[in-house]
Amino acid sequence: MGREGEVITELLPEFERLHPGVRVVAQQIPWSAAHEKLLTAFAGDATPDVCQLGNTWIPEFAALKALEPLDQRIAGSSVVDPKDYFGGIWETNSVNGVLQGVPWYVDTRLLFYRRDLLAGAGFAAPPRSWDEWWRALAAVKETVGPDRFAILLPLNEFEPLVALALQQDEPLLRDDGRWGNFRSKGFRRTLRFYVDIFRHGFAPPLTNADISNVWNEFGRGYYSFYVSGPWNIGEFKRRLPPDRQDAWMTAPLPGPTGPGASIAGGSSLVLFRASRNKEAAWQLIEYLSQPAIQQRFHALTGDLPPRRSAWAGGSLADDVYARAFREQLERVKPAPKVPEWERIANEIRTVTERLVHGDLGVDEAAAELDVRADRILEKRRWLLSRGGVD
Amino acid sequence: MSRRAAAWWFVGPALVVIAVFFILPLLAAFALSLTDFDIYALADLSNLRFVGVRNYLQLLETPLFWHALGNTLYFVVVGVPLSIAMSLGTALLLHSRLARCKGLFRTALFAPVVTTLVAVAVIWRYLFNTRYGFLNYVLSQVGIDPVDWLGDPHWAMPAIIIFAVWKNFGYNMIILLAGLQSIPEELYEAARMDGASYLHRFLHVTLPMLSPLLVMVSILTVAGYFQMFAEPYVMTQGGPLQSTVSVLYFMYEEGFKWWSLGSASAVAFVLFLFVFCVTAVPMRIARRGLPG
Repeated sequence: MGREGEVITELLPEFERLHPGVRVVAQQIPWSAAHEKLLTAFAGDATPDVCQLGNTWIPEFAALKALEPLDQRIAGSSVVDPKDYFGGIWETNSVNGVLQGVPWYVDTRLLFYRRDLLAGAGFAAPPRSWDEWWRALAAVKETVGPDRFAILLPLNEFEPLVALALQQDEPLLRDDGRWGNFRSKGFRRTLRFYVDIFRHGFAPPLTNADISNVWNEFGRGYYSFYVSGPWNIGEFKRRLPPDRQDAWMTAPLPGPTGPGASIAGGSSLVLFRASRNKEAAWQLIEYLSQPAIQQRFHALTGDLPPRRSAWAGGSLADDVYARAFREQLERVKPAPKVPEWERIANEIRTVTERLVHGDLGVDEAAAELDVRADRILEKRRWLLSRGGVD
Repeated sequence: MSRRAAAWWFVGPALVVIAVFFILPLLAAFALSLTDFDIYALADLSNLRFVGVRNYLQLLETPLFWHALGNTLYFVVVGVPLSIAMSLGTALLLHSRLARCKGLFRTALFAPVVTTLVAVAVIWRYLFNTRYGFLNYVLSQVGIDPVDWLGDPHWAMPAIIIFAVWKNFGYNMIILLAGLQSIPEELYEAARMDGASYLHRFLHVTLPMLSPLLVMVSILTVAGYFQMFAEPYVMTQGGPLQSTVSVLYFMYEEGFKWWSLGSASAVAFVLFLFVFCVTAVPMRIARRGLPG
């Protein structure tokens, strides 16, 4: 899918050389069409053998019983070592205690920040707790004036808010994913912190589409903090002028009382139950899971590997911008593992957009989210009451 | 064989085709809209529940559905008259005796209809580009500030309408042109002898003679514009701020993004009834207006 779909063709010839008799046909599909393509393929009995699957989609495909459970294969594998993988990422592949995929690359959200602007506001180090973060935001806003901002939190992305919400003790859904838990103290605290950033003018109420070029604007100091993912390491390296390369850095996401968790995202490799070439398909997954291959994959795409040993060598070990990700990956948590999650996350986005625009208060928004989530989860409750989703 | 039986034999094949490809899917969609078909049901049919009209009731409570309906009506109310006016205008120009190179213009103006929608949508995205687009370049020449065509919630729909009108007007133009050519010249001659001006001749000869065609063209265009989907799908993905989400786009997301095929079928059915009612009105009027 996307860039990975293009790059995989460079890694496949070696696999075919090592496994004579196995020929791999890679089919590339754009991310925007991937989800519906795969569901249609499932409905039409035309699923591939192996596939890259966004790890938030795994619960859905697990509910469809489309995926081959991998516990036995992993237990017998000399390549795939669960203990070598970051815990939070590994966890996303386990649905109701059954392993459905092997992490391929990871994605999480943390802070990109302008060192120089932060230093100018009197902060030598990036914030580690929400209190420090708040003070830094206020100080930066103070120095940059009314036309510029302290932070960019694009309103079309739910990930930053969800990442902050995952830092709280309360889960986002309660009772085994039967009900929304958005009126919990923790979520409302997160929502208040998030919306106050806008109410105090620290962040502009914009979507990514409103900002024609987020990288240029970061370079110009339109905002000093940006909560974003690993792909932006490459983008900032490429797009910011050389004299600005010292001016930016990454930092783990601040938490309520010290370094906090972030969202465990990324893609996994899965084996489809309907596959007729499961042995060869599993060999391909093992091949792509080797630390050395993952390092090559990182060099080609910039995607971050999910295995600690892959981080120990290669270009990643010396990448200063990637260090914060390495630290953050030890503290990532999966989003709720229910098939309905993506739809609920979409509701979180539209409700917080209204919250930021002032149409709703924090308590109202939390209540509204519970109403919407409960409605979406109605079918799940019914299924569980009948004796389980699977 | 009686005449009656013979008649049935003649219409039989057509009726079978209509039954298999229209009535049957319609009934199936209606049946589906009374269930909660979703990915769980896709996994195992025993997870399917009959929910009666709940999908419809929930639909009426969904703000985005009403928003989508509003957007669609906006598109129809502005787009259809604009499109027909454009078709009629160009048809009159092509029909005019003063026009040169008629064949060339006729082909050129018809060309957008036969182009691939996705390909031209991509080109129009360039034309609409805020900073480098041709449209804003032209506007800047007359001193108008650049418009964020596809990024501003207020401008996205007008941009889509401009694109849709450009893409579709050629089809009706050809139909209307044929209509114009079939109006007997004697009528104009007689009108001229009575001293009617061009405007009078247009209002009292051309329009009445074209009215059956105009009714047909508007029914087809209204029905077509209600089904707006590809334009926002390719150009804006329903954004910004859901300002270009149409009913059909909403249905698509409901059905193929969230895989709630039950409620997506309910949307389809509501849209069907809507288009049916809206197009039935002019049909009625037209039928009453016809002699006999």
